Amino acid sequence: MSDVRMFDSRPATAVDAESPLAVSNLAERARRSAADPGVTLRERAFLGHLILRGGAIVLDEAVREVLGVSLPARPGALVHDADGERSIQWLSPDEWLLIVPEGEAYTLEKRLRDALGDAHFAIVDVSGGQTLVELSGPRAREVLMKSTPYDVHPRHFPAGKGVTTTFAKATAIVRRPDEELWELVLRRSFADYCYRWLVDAGEEYGLAVEESGR
Amino acid sequence: MSQSSSQPNRLAQGGRVDRTRKLTFTFNGKRYTGHPGDTLASALLANGVDVVNRSFKYSRPRGIVAAGAEEPNAVVQLGASEAAQVPNVRATQQALYDGLEARSTNGWPNVQRDLMGSVGKLGGSFMPPGFYYKTFMAPASMWMTYEKYIRKSAGLGRSPVESDPDIYDHLNQHCDVLVIGAGPAGLSAALAAAYSGARVILCDEQETMGGSLLDSRETLDDAEATRWADAVIDELASLDNVTLLARTTANGYHDHNFVTLHERRTEHLADVAPRVDGRRQSRSRLHRVRAAQVVLATGAHERPLVYANNDVPGNLLAGAVSTYIRRYGVAPGQKLVLSTSNDHGYRAALDWHEAGREVVAIADARDNPDGEWVEQARAAGIRIITGSAVIEAKGDKRVSAARVARIDIDGFRVAGKAEELACDTIASSGGYSPVVHLSSHTGTRPVWRDDILGFVPGDVTGLTPAGGAHGVYALDAVLEDGVAAGNRAAEAGGFPAASVNLPRASAHRESPAVALYQVPHEKPTLRAPKQFVDLQNDVTAAGIDVATREGFESIEHVKRYTAMGFGTDQGKLGNINGMAIAARCLGQTIPETGTTVFRPNYTPVTFGAIVGRHCRELFDPERYTALHQWHVEHGAEFEDVGQWKRPWYFPRTVNGKKESMHEAVARECLAVRQGVGILDASTLGKIDIQGPDAREFLGRIYTNKWAKLAPGRVRYGLMCKDDGMLMDDGTTSCLGDNHFLMTTTTGGAAGVLEWLEIWHQTEWPELEVYFNSVTDHWATMTVTGPEARQLLAEITDIDLDKEAFKFMDWKEGNVAGVPARVFRISFTGELAFEINVQANYAMHVWKTLFEHGEKYDLTPYGTETMHVLRAEKGLIIVGQDTDGSVTPEDLGMYWAIGYDKPFPWIGKRALSRPDTRRVDRKQLVGLRPHDPGVVLEEGAQIVFDPEQSIPMTMVGHVTSSYYSPVLDSGFALAVVKGGHHRMGETVYLPMVDGKVHAAEIVSTVFYDPKGERQHV
Amino acid sequence: MFHIYCPYCEEHREEEEFHPKGQAHIARPADPDACSDAEWGDYLFFRDNPRGIHHELWVHAVGCRKFFNITRHTVTYAILETYRMGEQPTITAESLASGEKAGNVQAASGGQQTVGASDAAVASVKGAQA
Ligand SMILES: [Zn+2]
Repeated sequence: MSDVRMFDSRPATAVDAESPLAVSNLAERARRSAADPGVTLRERAFLGHLILRGGAIVLDEAVREVLGVSLPARPGALVHDADGERSIQWLSPDEWLLIVPEGEAYTLEKRLRDALGDAHFAIVDVSGGQTLVELSGPRAREVLMKSTPYDVHPRHFPAGKGVTTTFAKATAIVRRPDEELWELVLRRSFADYCYRWLVDAGEEYGLAVEESGR
Repeated sequence: MSQSSSQPNRLAQGGRVDRTRKLTFTFNGKRYTGHPGDTLASALLANGVDVVNRSFKYSRPRGIVAAGAEEPNAVVQLGASEAAQVPNVRATQQALYDGLEARSTNGWPNVQRDLMGSVGKLGGSFMPPGFYYKTFMAPASMWMTYEKYIRKSAGLGRSPVESDPDIYDHLNQHCDVLVIGAGPAGLSAALAAAYSGARVILCDEQETMGGSLLDSRETLDDAEATRWADAVIDELASLDNVTLLARTTANGYHDHNFVTLHERRTEHLADVAPRVDGRRQSRSRLHRVRAAQVVLATGAHERPLVYANNDVPGNLLAGAVSTYIRRYGVAPGQKLVLSTSNDHGYRAALDWHEAGREVVAIADARDNPDGEWVEQARAAGIRIITGSAVIEAKGDKRVSAARVARIDIDGFRVAGKAEELACDTIASSGGYSPVVHLSSHTGTRPVWRDDILGFVPGDVTGLTPAGGAHGVYALDAVLEDGVAAGNRAAEAGGFPAASVNLPRASAHRESPAVALYQVPHEKPTLRAPKQFVDLQNDVTAAGIDVATREGFESIEHVKRYTAMGFGTDQGKLGNINGMAIAARCLGQTIPETGTTVFRPNYTPVTFGAIVGRHCRELFDPERYTALHQWHVEHGAEFEDVGQWKRPWYFPRTVNGKKESMHEAVARECLAVRQGVGILDASTLGKIDIQGPDAREFLGRIYTNKWAKLAPGRVRYGLMCKDDGMLMDDGTTSCLGDNHFLMTTTTGGAAGVLEWLEIWHQTEWPELEVYFNSVTDHWATMTVTGPEARQLLAEITDIDLDKEAFKFMDWKEGNVAGVPARVFRISFTGELAFEINVQANYAMHVWKTLFEHGEKYDLTPYGTETMHVLRAEKGLIIVGQDTDGSVTPEDLGMYWAIGYDKPFPWIGKRALSRPDTRRVDRKQLVGLRPHDPGVVLEEGAQIVFDPEQSIPMTMVGHVTSSYYSPVLDSGFALAVVKGGHHRMGETVYLPMVDGKVHAAEIVSTVFYDPKGERQHV
Repeated sequence: MFHIYCPYCEEHREEEEFHPKGQAHIARPADPDACSDAEWGDYLFFRDNPRGIHHELWVHAVGCRKFFNITRHTVTYAILETYRMGEQPTITAESLASGEKAGNVQAASGGQQTVGASDAAVASVKGAQA
């Protein structure tokens, strides 16, 4: 697929970057965090987000070669690599979301493209278009129940699952990487609205905001 | 002792109220006391308050009739402050709290001395049956006239005029089994389902779970039934697969077992939700429950008998009398007459007797009742008058006597001389109506059962009725029915049936009930004293009789004619009686007359709960670009474009005065035409398209050609629906042979992506291509104006030379040290570069541009200036200059139509339909007002002949109109019939104020017609 | 609020995640230029409105973004089956009328009815989805 133009969107020398939640001023809210929070909210900004499109069989081989994990083929499946830093999530029968540490997206895309060769597939960098927000604490599930009609009960939403669904009046990807943690993947333009919704929903349980980790 | 004197009807013992604590409240401004555990209704009865309202239509005094949701009269206005006002609260459902303030909903100026009452039966002739029907048929203005008077005098509750201090929220719930109602059936159903392992939600509308067990005479395992109820509730609460929701009413039963539960979380505490640990809590919560299975254990409502003056305060449901005595320790009177058609009614007399009050007599409509409770009453020495009923109540603001007579039910006549019995309370029981409301919300009609004289739920997928709602009334049978229903529901979800050890119920022998609805009177129905069917809407038996005589034979029509079952009441007490009366008048059976349909909501839900947190700043998503903060800090006025907040214009403050929009836009326009301006264009939709068939796909979806667009080049494209009408436009760039970047309009982004997918997935799945939204990934900054090149050159490594970087080229490089794709396209007609960078770096690039732009007076502009500049160039905005009925040909954009493309692209065939070939289609033209000072109104209609008579023949309308600073005149785009062939003609625009503007049809391009400026 | 089984996500989702896209199995004529104006007009504008079984195209818009078909009863709103693009329904008004499919759904009269279109037009556009 040499007829596709790759683009490394990261500057060669560091410049000021602003995550989608820069406008929301998390630092200010963090100072007013509850002492014994029922729910804690943290942005993990600037991660690499790639959309991977193609047939599962074709992609699986390349993903295993490059990331060392199999492509999750079951609807709603979410898997992580050995050190837990990189994840792949099923989004649709021909679409997966890869989230990797900051700065890895371009190299990863390149390696995947090399591994995939002439197969019919697509890889799209969407790192600037979305951000990841972590939700933890004993009341995190209730905050989600206020926000999404998707059933987040552990019987229905075990660790290792992720879905795209409605979130308040916007949309979000809701993921559960492990028993203790929920993740929301928010679209940039909706991120502030979703953040304000979360802060409001979490208020009664005691909310803590941690400043965005890089 | 002082306690009993302040609450004259409070019994010395009994009930579930805490007599050691006193709560003070006011009703209609008067102070009373009650106890924790009271409802407002039980406290009012304890205090001997007889009149709680005036009736809606006839303004008759009304008292408390029931003890639950079915209460028609005690509908009050709650709230101590203006902001906390809540209308339409049932006193029977409102827990008493200290400081509660309530007023009657109806009854101006006050319930005791009513103006309408003093003019006698004004209401009667003022609003005859059919009043609403006839009023709505009359001109609307009539209703407007009546409405004020009716609302003022009758009152329908009052909404607060101040902002609600409380918050409300939603919680999305899922369960395997939702059990609605926590009486004996609901509790046993919940136990069975819970033991099976299913996820269970049990809700109940009352303050305390337990339902009929809370005031039952019966025992379970030889103990008071409440003991078992309390134990089961504790048991359920300890299970982590069970959610218990008290004070929670299932209000609406929607498709596929979606049930809305309204939980009143703080209404029993105060009229404004108290804070918890300083944090706000929602006053009420709407649970949006998706249940795999529902057990409907909503019990049954007792039906009152319909006799003359049955609305005088002191007339109560028999079951309510028992409830007040047994649950609240309140006997609402001294001397009782009971009129019943069944054994259950006897409980009221027995409870009354045991409370130490006098039971004057029991009028039993049956000739030979011999059930266990009947025998108990006889043994207690209570007089039982068989084959008889109360045919009329006497009294004004309180019952003073009951007229009892022998009745012939089949002949519908009084069969003996009436005996007048002095009393202050009449209890009546006409049997039970299963509470089928929720099941019928789904559109399923309930089914009549002759054996229980009531409707039971029709078949609803995933719904199992149990207990009273199922027409099962004997306690032991109810418990078993509950277990069966709970197990059936759990098993449907794949859980194993559980066995539940049910308590032993005290069995009792019952004698069969008789069907009695309206009690005959000596006078015919139309002349007898009023016999009320629907107390809340003041519908009488005579009103229904009149309706049937006027030809309304369907119960649905009778309801609309009489208003029976309207409003917040939803026919809880009256519907079955009303249907029975209509059936009798029509000589039919009840099922022949029709079944009744109940609609959501079961009881009123406050708007706040429906809205939840989707209000104020969370009302709707506000979408921000990566540059939003800068716009805010630089004083932008914002425009809503879909959910996006876009800068509309950037007013400057000149000499201490903020520019008007007109001034700001004029300045911004000139800056772009003469210097350099910058626009945040990030909201444009962007779709990444990859695959070997990407180019072929574009050719099918766009009207123009894509076969030869080379990498590095950009093309403008039009997208039609297959009816040939324009749906979106934008530029698409060739990034690589198999790689394109499509832009869409801001509002069209989601729709276009779905449009591409529907064709790919349903018609052309063989094409190898993928579409992905990258709208949010890229930020787009348009630098435009004669000085754009000089400015950009300062911070980019891209060769901006006019030969190296031509119009409609795109280049890759660094801008302000950030990797960028720069597109040389123009929506202003000036030299323009659209800089795209990954959104996280956009603010850095934007600020760098301004650092270097200072010497050029780089001017940020908003959507308004963008609109003026593009309109001066005749560039359309889809959705403004088009409206779904405009083809590319109507726009004169023949150059963008690939008539000879090999594939029959979307929209092509439609362009040769007779309608699209009409010569008099509305076509896009420019309009130049004869008076350059005139800015035509957008939407203004166009006529060819201003002298013609009204209504004039309209031949088009203005789609875009602005003042042009470079032309120093108004100008407009418009669609005009046959406009392309009318260049130079004058058209007219008659305005509302009588003025008629004249304008010349001109080219759509007002500025730089040769397009030289964007090519520099 | 429907509860819809997405045949791609393989679970039930709330209606708010979906968009309805009208009648299913409306194939675009392969050669539009060969269609008469009436045939083309029928393809563009005329749709069935049965009282009973209706096959509908939906998209899991907030989810997998895949289009699929729903067989729905327009009176009870019961969803009888959902199936992927390219597949045919196993439950139809005809199959229910002839008793091929049991179940608790009543076959309503009506079935497929295309108003205002010639038989030829119906035949030309009612082809099965490829
Ligand atoms: Zn799906």
